[in-house]
Parts: sequence; structure tokens; C-alpha cells
Amino acid sequence: MAKESGDASGPIIEMRGVDKWFGEFHVLRGIDFSVARGEKIVICGPSGSGKSTMVRLINRLESHQRGTIVVDGIELADDVKAIEAIRREVGMVFQQFNLFPHLTVLQNLTLAPTWVRHMPKREAEELAMQLLNRVRIAEQADKYPAQLSGGQQQRVAIARALAMRPKVMLFDEPTSALDPEMIKEVLDVMIELAREGMTMLVVTHEMGFARTVADRVVFMDRGEIVETGKPEEFFSAPKTDRAKLFLSQILGH
Amino acid sequence: MTGSRAIRWLRANLFYSVPSSLTTLVLLYLAWRLVPPFFDWAFVHAVWTAPQPSICRNAAGACWAFIVEKHRFILFGTYPYAQQWRPGLGILIFLALYVVSAMRACWRPWLALVWLGGLALIGALMWGGVPGLPYVDDGRWGGLMLTLILATFGIAAAFPLSVLLALGRRSNMPAVRTACVLYIELIRGVPLISLLFMASVMLPLFLPEGLTIDKLLRAQIAMVMFAMAYLAEVVRGGLQAIPQGQYEAAEALGLSYWRKMLLIILPQALRISIPPLVNTFIAFFKDTSLVVIIGLFDLLTAVKVSLNEPAWSGYGMEAYLFAALVYFAFCFSMSKYSQRLERDLSRGRKHILRED
Repeated sequence: MAKESGDASGPIIEMRGVDKWFGEFHVLRGIDFSVARGEKIVICGPSGSGKSTMVRLINRLESHQRGTIVVDGIELADDVKAIEAIRREVGMVFQQFNLFPHLTVLQNLTLAPTWVRHMPKREAEELAMQLLNRVRIAEQADKYPAQLSGGQQQRVAIARALAMRPKVMLFDEPTSALDPEMIKEVLDVMIELAREGMTMLVVTHEMGFARTVADRVVFMDRGEIVETGKPEEFFSAPKTDRAKLFLSQILGH
Repeated sequence: MTGSRAIRWLRANLFYSVPSSLTTLVLLYLAWRLVPPFFDWAFVHAVWTAPQPSICRNAAGACWAFIVEKHRFILFGTYPYAQQWRPGLGILIFLALYVVSAMRACWRPWLALVWLGGLALIGALMWGGVPGLPYVDDGRWGGLMLTLILATFGIAAAFPLSVLLALGRRSNMPAVRTACVLYIELIRGVPLISLLFMASVMLPLFLPEGLTIDKLLRAQIAMVMFAMAYLAEVVRGGLQAIPQGQYEAAEALGLSYWRKMLLIILPQALRISIPPLVNTFIAFFKDTSLVVIIGLFDLLTAVKVSLNEPAWSGYGMEAYLFAALVYFAFCFSMSKYSQRLERDLSRGRKHILRED
């Protein structure tokens, strides 16, 4: 039980020499990476660079084969209880929203707090409504996910993750599946969250978002962290050719 | 105007080519030769009540009086005559359970308790052995009631077990997975009759001396084992249709395996499996008639046995038509219900899409 909360001053996420393979394919190579509490990090890179996989390692949606990953003082291994303990503290937002279609918006938010945190139903519902207000979608509480637009669904998904009161939020390309006119409403919610001090790891190509909130930008290519820097440095003066090429490609059009 | 439309319709649908015209004519001829005589036999000249069997002997039509005379035996088999209100009440409880389960508003966790209570009540009624209800050995159960017992208890036991089996087949644990695959493939590879034979002939040989399981229970176990394997494959199909993202979202929230399955995956997977599940239920309902080979008195056997009385022999047509009608009533209701359910669920989805 002492493992439940780690050293409050140390990094919340620490990866040391992490390697991962999908069969023969070496997705992540020697990743050394740590995140301080309260830090906001944007991870970018070409597709297939391993950025999503790296984020998914943190809550064990993927498992690594070499190296160590410590999240909030708990080392990730095959121990199911430790994995569930970490998942309680780490919220995740997916590209495809992944709301539960058979439950209403409100039920999507109250499910995990009641079943995992054993929160009384009333309290969970109050918390859910509070969060839905925060993502400006409270009036849709009794609808089903399929009745909402993509942007609304993604805001519900963010609120669902927040309902567990996580210490870290992971965003895996949260706006990539959205129509352009809906991207802003989701980014606004994320910016607000960042201002409130949430620790965030965001895989995204939204460079405006990165400039606004990121403390650090991590650039990945072919399974490696190629470059890390403050957003203004990274965007104006990338140090590596690979980063220059990538930036010219995404900013070029 | 309407006349020419009718002719055009006939042309387009019944006489659009030489083979189609020939087929139409042949079918019309057959209908003309078969339907009116059947109608005459079944209704016009039929005998509905006959205090003496001889009245039927002299009639030109069907002897439905035979069914009227034998209905208690067909419904309840050799259950003690004076106690037959008990299986009668049992049939009503079964029907009530079916109706309640058919209403979607009742698809709540308490429905499982209602089922447990209903089935326990039926067991108590049928066996008795409590004050006011004399004990009746299950060797004397029979007729429609036995068919309903085998089918309903069978499905009620096989369905939850099949869900476990389906989950086991998709488990990450190799031993569990292999065991489930072996079980499913083994059972699906043999006919139900051979399982029933094994249950009635071979199983007692393997049991320690002194321990006996009665015949009805052995047959029921064999049928549950059989239905489980088929239902498990249907459930597995539903599980496979659920996107990976649903599993990941549940896991990312910290839900344990069983909570993830019970709260997120199964509610969705079972919903889409309803039509094939009902299909398997229908097949299973009819398969209960195979218990005749190990000497149980189900509906079909009861009908056959009632023909053995010399005074009433020779009415096989009426007897089997009636049995067919009873099976049909149950199976057709299941089929109709599953179609309605399918339509309701897909209408719900379309409705949602329109609002989007």
C-alpha cells in the first residue's frame, strides 16, 4: 500500500533504456525520458515514429521488453494490481474517443469512479456534472455518445478520464479524428486543463497548441527521441536535420 | 384500370417466362388437390368431442377428440393425475418467465434473481416432498412440461456457462484457452444423441458404487454440455465484433478484467448476438425431443405413447400434427420475437444517426 503514492518531489514518469518490438519491428529504441510533476509535454514526429506506442507504455496498454518504467513511484511489470493502481492515476484520451456506446454520457463518467474508486453514486454524479460543466457539455448528460458530434464526444472522453482524478493525463492524437471546425473546442478544453496545472503528455501535430502550453516538445523519429526542447527553440531553430525536415513538412502546407 | 393492373402483376410475378408459368400452374394444381381436402378433413368433417372412441371411427374427418381425450397425458405425461395441477402451474410459471424476459424494460440485474426464484419454485412444485405437496419422483415427469423443463433449465444453465467458455477461448492464459477450445471442438464434433447415450449408459459406469444420478439429471447435464459449446461460439462471435478501443478505454480507466467484461464488453457483445443466440435456442428446444432414445417422456414421446391405447390407435396424423403445432408455437414465437428485437435495436441506431 505504501506504493500507492510515490515520492511527491521526484518525476512522475521515468523511463530508462526502454525498448519495444512488435514482432521483428523495433518500435522504440533506448528511450530515456522523464516527466516532472505539473509538466506539459508535446510529443510529435512522423507517423510510425513510435510516439503513440511510447505513451501507451505508460499505462501498460502496450508492454515494453527492455528497460524500466516507473510511474508515480510504481514500477511497471506484469503485476496486475500494480498496473491497475497506475491506471487509476493516469487518465487517457484516445484518437477515436472510445466512449462506451451503450451508456449515457453521465454513465460514461460515473462508471469508473463508482466501480474502481468505490465512490457513492450521488457523489460520482455530482463530480460528473461538475466535469461536464467544465468541458461545457452538461446539457448533453443524458444523451448517448452516438448522438453527439465528434468534438463533443472527445470533450466527454476528456471529462471521463478526469472523473478518476488522475495525476497525469495522456492524450493520443486527440484531435486527429475530428473535423477541422471541431478541433478548437477540444484544444480549448485542453489548454484550460493545462492552465489548471495538470501534468500532460500530448501526442499531437497541433503546433499552435504546443506553443501555447508545452513546457517541452519531444520530437521522435524511427523509435528514438531525436530532440527535446522548449517550443520556441524547437520551432524556430531545430537542431537536427530530421526535425527540420519534419517541421517543413507539417508547416509547409 | 385495376383489371389491367392485376393482369400486369400476374404477368410480372407468376407468368414471366415459360418455366415460371409452368411452375405456377403446377403449384395451383397441387394447392387445388391438397388444400380443400385437408380443410374438409381438419375442420368440416372433424370430430371435436367424442365420449366414446367409436364416434370417431365412423367420422370422415379428423378426430381431434383424441387430443381432447389425451391432453392431460400429452401435457403432463405420467405425473399422478390428482397432482397434475402442479405441472400445470409450472407451465404457467414458465410462460410468465418467458414473457417477463421478453420485455426489454425488465433487462435488469434483478431478472437473474427472478429466474433463479422461478426455476426453484418449479423444482419445488414438481418434486414436492413438502407438507401439502406429496413427493413425485422425476421419473414420472413427462409431456410438454418435461420438454419445457429440459429446454428452459438447459438454456438457463448453458447460457451463463457458454459466456464463460467464450471468454475462456479468448483468454490470454494458454491453458484456459486450450481447455476451452478442446471442449468446444470436442462437443461440436459429436451428435447430441451420442452425448445422451453416454450420459445414460456410460456415465453410471464411471460413478463410484452407491452414487447414482437420476436419469433426468444426466440427460439435462448432457444437453447443457451440448448447448454450451454452440452458444459459446455465438457469444465469441459477438465478442469479436467489439472494437479494440472499447477494451483499451475500459483498461485505461483501471477496470479489472471482470468489471471490464461485465460492464463494458458483454453488454455490447450480447446485444449484437441476440439473433444467432435465439436461433440456437430454437434448435435446442427441438433437440429436447431426442431424449426419447434414453426413455424420457417428453412431449413427442407422450404423443406417441398415447397412440398405443387400442381404442384410440390409428390417429397418428392428428397426434403428430398437434405435436408439430405445439413445437411450432414455441419456436415461431421465439423467431418472431428475435426478429422484432433485431428491428427494434437497429431502429434505435438509425434514430440516433439521424439526430447526429
